[in-house]
Amino acid sequence: MKIARSSALLFLIFLSACGQASEDRLAGPVEISGDAIIEPLNGKQGDPVRGEQIFTSREAGHCVLCHQVARLDAEFQGNVGPVLTGIGARLSVGQIRYRIVDAQGIWPDTVMPSYYRTGGLRQVDHEYQGAPALSAQQIEDIVAFLELQTN
Amino acid sequence: MRRAYLLALILTGCSENHERIAEQSQISSADLRSGYEFLQPETQALQDDAFANPGYLWVDKGKALFNQSPEHGEPACSSCHSDDSRPVSKAAAHYPAIDEQSGKLVNLESRINLCRERYQGLAPLEYESDDLLGLTAYLSHLAQGEPVSVTIDGQARKYYDAGEDYFFLRKGQFNLACSQCHNEHWGDKLRGDTISQGHGNAFPAYRMEWQTFGSLHRRLRDCDSGIRAEPLEYGSETYTAVELYLAKRAEGLAMESPGVRR
Ligand code: HEC
Ligand code: HEC
Repeated sequence: MKIARSSALLFLIFLSACGQASEDRLAGPVEISGDAIIEPLNGKQGDPVRGEQIFTSREAGHCVLCHQVARLDAEFQGNVGPVLTGIGARLSVGQIRYRIVDAQGIWPDTVMPSYYRTGGLRQVDHEYQGAPALSAQQIEDIVAFLELQTN
Repeated sequence: MRRAYLLALILTGCSENHERIAEQSQISSADLRSGYEFLQPETQALQDDAFANPGYLWVDKGKALFNQSPEHGEPACSSCHSDDSRPVSKAAAHYPAIDEQSGKLVNLESRINLCRERYQGLAPLEYESDDLLGLTAYLSHLAQGEPVSVTIDGQARKYYDAGEDYFFLRKGQFNLACSQCHNEHWGDKLRGDTISQGHGNAFPAYRMEWQTFGSLHRRLRDCDSGIRAEPLEYGSETYTAVELYLAKRAEGLAMESPGVRR
């Protein structure tokens, strides 16, 4: 009896401490199924040509900071993250989407940023507060580009 | 038992709201390497050549300031710090350190400013001004080759702990900690840069990206901005504490200032 009560109390603490953080962790409503996000963000349609540009551009996604993709026109691609050549054959579209949206939700200690995350962050530069690093449209564009990287 | 289990659940349940990264990675002393070793040979050559290394412009300026009486006849730095009375030749290798008078942690820049205020009756120099960079560069260069070694006992301890905290704290829009790049990924390529272990032994340094000479705090501001974290003020207590943590972490590496970096 006593044990049960204290467990219930602890459970409440658990909810209040963590509930909010997960609720507004991401910039918009997203349904996670297993390790994938099946539905396109905000129902947006991705464009692979724009996606490639966002993937390489320093001002946008700048994924080449850490990742290489063979045949991509960008010099000095980084190697902090795995090579993404052929990623479209290895992962489903939904898996790719979830990895860009919230890599830190999948691998809590990873260096890969969560590009669609806005909540539970600290000391965010005022220029970037309240907005995700990439918009729903930009993420869908990158997804469309990576989906085509099948060999 | 049950309680402990539930507590663990609470902790892991909340861990998506990461404050620190879960495992505190370290660099073993056998692996300790200066940022110099990760530079292109041309950049190393530039640092090594005292005639070509632009940092020596600041060293020379600092040397002149150190030996010169300020405008209204106040004593020059050198009048107190002759070689035998209060030698400053290796001092830079042992900063930041506790200022006995205030009990606060000061780095070399703040020590120079305290001497100006206390013994020369002058206003402090602005952080990143050529004069303060020059004096800092001159003193650091006198300690060139000296192994970094700092005290973290007594009053310094709480600063060391605060510096360590900041180093392992995830922050910014990208939610990264210093340790994730400099402990876990040194040697890897971040685009054109090879990530080093993030030591401060070459600072103040000439950075090509700045096209000028700058302090360690300027470098820390760049790393914070890189992860889209609000950078802290120059000379802030937290950056000074990080500086102490970095110095302890780099203990044994030779002082290199004026360094040259990309
Ligand atoms: C700071 C480094 C960094 C940046 C920037 C980065 N990533 Fe990653 N990425 C990683 C790491 C590291 C992993 C591997 C996950 C792990 O184990 O930590 C990864 C994994 C991935 C994966 C899964 C790969 C697989 O084989 O399962 C995808 C897809 C991916 N990243 C896409 C991107 C895209 C798209 C961007 C830019 C919008 C990006 N990454 C930016 C470091 C990075
Ligand atoms: C996303 C990766 C990343 C993060 C996070 C990061 N840095 Fe860096 N840091 C770099 C890169 C890249 C450089 C330039 C190349 C080098 O020297 O490592 C650098 C350089 C440095 C240097 C200069 C080293 C030298 O010899 O010139 C110091 C000191 C440093 N970082 C400390 C820090 C501290 C302290 C933090 C946290 C406040 C931090 N860094 C966070 C990537 C990062």
